[in-house]
Amino acid sequence: MNDADLDDGRPSPEALLAQARREGRGKLKVFLGAAPGVGKTYEMLSDAHERRQGGADVVIGLVETHRRRETEALTRGLEIFPRKVVPYGGRLLTELDLDAVLARRPALVLIDELAHTNAPGSRHPKRYQDIEEVLDAGIDVFTTVNVQHLESLSDIVASFTRVRVRETVPDRILEEADAIEIVDVTPDELIERLKAGKIYVPDEATRALGHFFSKANLSALRELALRRAAQTVDRQVLEEVRAQALAGPWASGERVTVAIDDHPGGPDVIRAAKRLADGLSAPWTALHVETARDRRLTPAERERLSRHLRLASELGATVMTAPATTVARGILDHTRATRSTQIVVGKAKRSRLFELLRGSVVDTLVRRSEGAAVHVVSLEQAAQEGGPEGLSKLPSAAAVGRPAEHVAALTLVAGTTGAAHLLARALDVGNVSLLYLLPVVLVASRFGIAPAIVAAAASALAYNFFFLPPLYTFTIRDPENVLTFLILLLVGIVTAQLVARVRVQADLAADRARQNATLAGFSRTLNRATDTASLAWATCREAAGALDAQAVVLLPRDGELALAASHPPHDQLSLIDRAAADWAFTNARPAGQGADTFPGADWLFLPLRADNGALGVLGLGSPDGRAVTRADQQALVDAIVDQASVALDRLRLTEEMTAVAALQARDRARGALLSSVGHDLRTPLATVTGSIAELKRRLAVGEDGAGLLAGLENEAQRVDRLITNLLDMSRLEAGAMPVKPEPVDLVDAFASAEADLARQLGGRTVVRDVPDDLPLARLDPTLFHHCLLNLLDNAAKHADPSGPIEMRARRCTDGGLAVAVRDCGPGLPPEVAGRLLDTFALGEGSDRGKAGSGLGLAIIKGFADAMGLAVAVEPGGDGLPGTAVVLRIPPALVLPLAAASAEAAAEAA
Amino acid sequence: MSFGLKVLVVDDDPAIRRFLRTILEAAAMKVADAASAGEALRLIAAERPEVVILDLGLPDEDGQAVIGRIKAASPAAILVLSARESAGEKVTALNAGADDYVTKPFDTDELLARIRTAARHRLQEQGVRASLRVGDIEVDLLAHEVRRDGAAVRLTPKEFALFAELAKHPGRVLTHGQLLRSVWGPAHEQDLEYLRVTVRALRRKLEVSPSRPTLIVNEPGVGYRLSASP
Repeated sequence: MNDADLDDGRPSPEALLAQARREGRGKLKVFLGAAPGVGKTYEMLSDAHERRQGGADVVIGLVETHRRRETEALTRGLEIFPRKVVPYGGRLLTELDLDAVLARRPALVLIDELAHTNAPGSRHPKRYQDIEEVLDAGIDVFTTVNVQHLESLSDIVASFTRVRVRETVPDRILEEADAIEIVDVTPDELIERLKAGKIYVPDEATRALGHFFSKANLSALRELALRRAAQTVDRQVLEEVRAQALAGPWASGERVTVAIDDHPGGPDVIRAAKRLADGLSAPWTALHVETARDRRLTPAERERLSRHLRLASELGATVMTAPATTVARGILDHTRATRSTQIVVGKAKRSRLFELLRGSVVDTLVRRSEGAAVHVVSLEQAAQEGGPEGLSKLPSAAAVGRPAEHVAALTLVAGTTGAAHLLARALDVGNVSLLYLLPVVLVASRFGIAPAIVAAAASALAYNFFFLPPLYTFTIRDPENVLTFLILLLVGIVTAQLVARVRVQADLAADRARQNATLAGFSRTLNRATDTASLAWATCREAAGALDAQAVVLLPRDGELALAASHPPHDQLSLIDRAAADWAFTNARPAGQGADTFPGADWLFLPLRADNGALGVLGLGSPDGRAVTRADQQALVDAIVDQASVALDRLRLTEEMTAVAALQARDRARGALLSSVGHDLRTPLATVTGSIAELKRRLAVGEDGAGLLAGLENEAQRVDRLITNLLDMSRLEAGAMPVKPEPVDLVDAFASAEADLARQLGGRTVVRDVPDDLPLARLDPTLFHHCLLNLLDNAAKHADPSGPIEMRARRCTDGGLAVAVRDCGPGLPPEVAGRLLDTFALGEGSDRGKAGSGLGLAIIKGFADAMGLAVAVEPGGDGLPGTAVVLRIPPALVLPLAAASAEAAAEAA
Repeated sequence: MSFGLKVLVVDDDPAIRRFLRTILEAAAMKVADAASAGEALRLIAAERPEVVILDLGLPDEDGQAVIGRIKAASPAAILVLSARESAGEKVTALNAGADDYVTKPFDTDELLARIRTAARHRLQEQGVRASLRVGDIEVDLLAHEVRRDGAAVRLTPKEFALFAELAKHPGRVLTHGQLLRSVWGPAHEQDLEYLRVTVRALRRKLEVSPSRPTLIVNEPGVGYRLSASP
């Protein structure tokens, strides 16, 4: 943004971020026109046909042909989505079927009229929000819009056309569009078309539009459209340049700040600031200065203020709220902190006297803003909408004070009068007027300005009545005393104001302190929560208390959001509230009352976010249907949501870690048990097998006895294999098996495997086939050895007792090696063979097939996976009988033999 | 040669002690047994056995540590007989000074052969001989010559050094590390490829069928052994 980016030549992070955001998103093309009837829809459809001929999957989401024949003809040949019918006020409105588009996922969807307002009750109030969701889903969109619908231009257009456009689109939609096509015809041609009846115009609007379609208007609109498109293109080029950090024309270090309050003319000020910022290519901030006055805003005023802040944010401003004693001071502090160069303020017409008494914000700004330009937008016109603020509005209850406070004020004055009377008599004090300042100060500090002024007036009158001759009349004889009376009245009023202002400041400070204390208490409560349920309850309780609202927390359970806590207790959400909560959770964005999505819901749902999406949703509702959050509470709400999110994330991580640790401990315990049992079994087994062998040698037993002994020996050997496999399995199940690869010669591996399994193989022939010059492979020798043992063992079980077993190693075409062990048994049907390993690897079916084959296959698969080998079960192949299990050693694990030989030989030389 | 050989069996399992005593005595050896490391060390001092059959899982001390203490106390050959079958355990035991390693359950004949090999090796260690004989292969250490059936076989210097090293300890497993250290030097202790390639070359020259080796036998993950009776 500033010169520093230029100097170091690095890409600007903002620009890179903007580009990254666009990746994975659908592309938006906007057909921009100056007025209805220029042929935007026609142009869009023609373009769509071209894309379709190019092979793209193009679908019409919604197109308004306005019964123009040429346009209608163009819709043929394209798939058209049926519209969603929404009943509203006895009529049937048709809208874009957003869910259908998202489900169908075409490559490109045509959605006419970007600025359209959806029927009430739709998911989004505005069509451009629908389009954004479609884009987010990675689908390209074509859309159309007329220039007067652009938010920042709507007031300019209104100023010369006298037609105020209600349906507006935030400028950023156009700015973020990937392509803009201007659909342009000359004003004369457009007027010709209108006369020829080519432009469909509803009867009731004919007159207004007749005025609208004047040549002067059309020329002005056309200029606006062209300029706007040029500006956007300009901005995109600039962003491109920044992302690549090319040297280029740079925006200077300008920064615009606009001050916002609840004045009805606010939108005009905001738009003016937006235009200024655009012109300067500068970032801009919308600042609301929170003063004592904010505490006295009526709900309607608060709502207006929120609306203004939202508008500014929609137009691309950074929105901030800052507390200060006066508006001018707040603006100046902010300007200095952010080094803003341009300040935009609105100025309501006020009387000279008012400004003399209260001071003018603009004057203070101009006098004290160092180096910044101050732009003043006059707000005369806007006053018609809601009446001028600050002067003629009815004072709110808080400002007037309660009757009891006035009664108390008058009582104090009466008491002072009595005391003054006694004092005057007893001590002969000449002038008791100063005594009357006492009740004024007391009342001002206690009840505020209005009762204090009443007290001041009453004091002046009482003084006159009881102490100024002629006594007990309101007439004053002495001209000197008239002055005393007036001074008393004036001093009383000024004192009342001063004291009251101090009190308001103190109240404001106390408010802040209370908010801070609430947050601190909240964070303490959250930190104490040790599980998500208690955290949810704490969040609800604190949010409800701090915001004076109803609160619910929804957390995902078994794949869907469920009510985890509520305060006050609440057990049912309406259908639309549920939908809003779900949307807020899935999209990790706010939804519901006051938000952009599901604004018709009763509740506002705020996502509790972690880095990778929403963890849950906080719902806020109000019992009486008023706005759930006020503008001045926004900071508090944000803070609560942030803290709850952090706490929830922390808990989630802790819970995950605990679960993993428990699982690991259990696995370790099981592994240790298996391993210890396995080893303990081996020693007695050694005695058993040894003794059997010894018996066979020493005893001359009959044929039956010899058979029995042979059976015993076989079974003992099987138990031995089973123990080995169980131990291997326990290593596999412990996860993270240490693999220590070293260069292995397959000749060695085959020989060792056959030697170790000699007893199980009996007298069976094992054909070994390894080429002489086969390269070495990087394998874990023990794991590979056990793989081969199991392969041989399996082959021995399945093969014909007399048939041979074949162990073969081959070079593959990809540079890898293939090791196959084939039995010459009956073979497996191909479909069973293909699934065999998966079944056993999953631990199913381990009691099927020949004894122990399940465990063996699972170990082969597990060990091979650990070493990075692929395993396949193949029918014999090459017309051979039986089944082959093949281990594929990828090229990366094969060692180039030539290099190793050369080195070993070099050492030898 | 094994006649009157004194063997000490160290194992905490009484059944296997009884079984081993039976078969060893049947092979005309004198057998003593111990159930713990402490007892074993006492008996080694008192009985001076020539071979110690050692279980690694002893109740009072880890077997791997006991190997070192036996080596320090006696010239007896140590044969580890263990249910632990990982290559790592084997290498550790062999590097600590064990002469051989047999896993349970075992083949009786093989165990007896290994005991005899270990004992013979102990006896041979005393003097260096000029020539060795393994099966039909004769190694002349002074002339750096290997003859098969009387005919000279041409070996490169490294091939000869490796074969001589194996032939000096027939029947005994030499770990990869031990072989690489003595033939290529300590700097090449990790260069297992050299060893694999040279073994392959030796097999081509000396084995009857190089792809089904019977002379130079592989112990997966541990080392090589020159078969005493190919």
